[in-house]
Amino acid sequence: MVVPANAALIGGLIEACRQTIAANADHLSELDRAIGDGDHGTNMRRGSEAVYAERDRLVHLPMPKALEEIGLTLVMSIGGAAGPLYGTLLMEIGRQMAGDADFARVLERAIDAVARRGRASAGDKTLLDVLYPVHAEVVRRAGLAGIAEEAERAASLTFAMKAMRGRAAFLGERSIGHVDPGAKSCALLTAAICRFLEEQGPA
Amino acid sequence: MNSKSANVGIVIVSHSPLVAEGTADMVRQMVGDGVPLAWAGGNADGGLGTNSGSILAAIERAWSDAGVAVFVDLGGAETNSEMAIEMLGQARSGRVVICNAPLVEGAVMAAAEASGGAALARVVATAEELSP
Repeated sequence: MVVPANAALIGGLIEACRQTIAANADHLSELDRAIGDGDHGTNMRRGSEAVYAERDRLVHLPMPKALEEIGLTLVMSIGGAAGPLYGTLLMEIGRQMAGDADFARVLERAIDAVARRGRASAGDKTLLDVLYPVHAEVVRRAGLAGIAEEAERAASLTFAMKAMRGRAAFLGERSIGHVDPGAKSCALLTAAICRFLEEQGPA
Repeated sequence: MNSKSANVGIVIVSHSPLVAEGTADMVRQMVGDGVPLAWAGGNADGGLGTNSGSILAAIERAWSDAGVAVFVDLGGAETNSEMAIEMLGQARSGRVVICNAPLVEGAVMAAAEASGGAALARVVATAEELSP
């Protein structure tokens, strides 16, 4: 039922995301210490390791189901607000993918679900400030390198934003002048995924 | 066992396990054993935080067919509680409400109301009267 190429793709994506989180966990926690509670890197590492531990099972699932299960694992393991947010993103992508072949539309619905979950919108200094621009690039069919670059640029733009949601919102004006850790992890993961897919060559 | 209680259950969620447990302890001492009660707090490493899995487990422990009122401290506790409630499944998630009320006062007031056999809506309303 599942072609081996799918298993390699799922396994590769899991490994690429795990590596980028492992390499950047300290930096993410550092960003979070400035405007949050300082554990974003630790939380993301716990989540990515939990997914990695499940990879032998996950790679044998059809892609939509695998994404849904990865999302659930993230919810149960990351903790903090990032768990439900990343979990919702992946669970929704999986669910939507099962019934819709248009990835831009799938992504849009999943991002909307994240926005509802966090009651946040664009400009609130959250991971949405990376997800929306990434979606825009997907819609205009930008290349993988372009999407990764835009994600990084979008994350850096959160530096000047005032946090409206999450722990950082308590800081008000003082949240300005720091990159949002959630936006940063989102950009790092986007870049890792794009890099991995690019190495795979044309689908 | 709790599901046999006719009274609404109470769940307390805090970033701090000590706050969650202490609040539950207060409820127990002030209201008694008439309400199913459970708490969740802290992250998987024992630090400050909340996670959906432990909240889900707390809701299961405090489950009552009359419903469950959940009290949360900060934003992440609310987001994780919403996720946990969805994971209960459609049949039960409609019977769980996150109260817009202060954690300690809300939980005590709600538990007092619940111990008298009040319906979920009444329990929630009593707690939410505490919020301006």
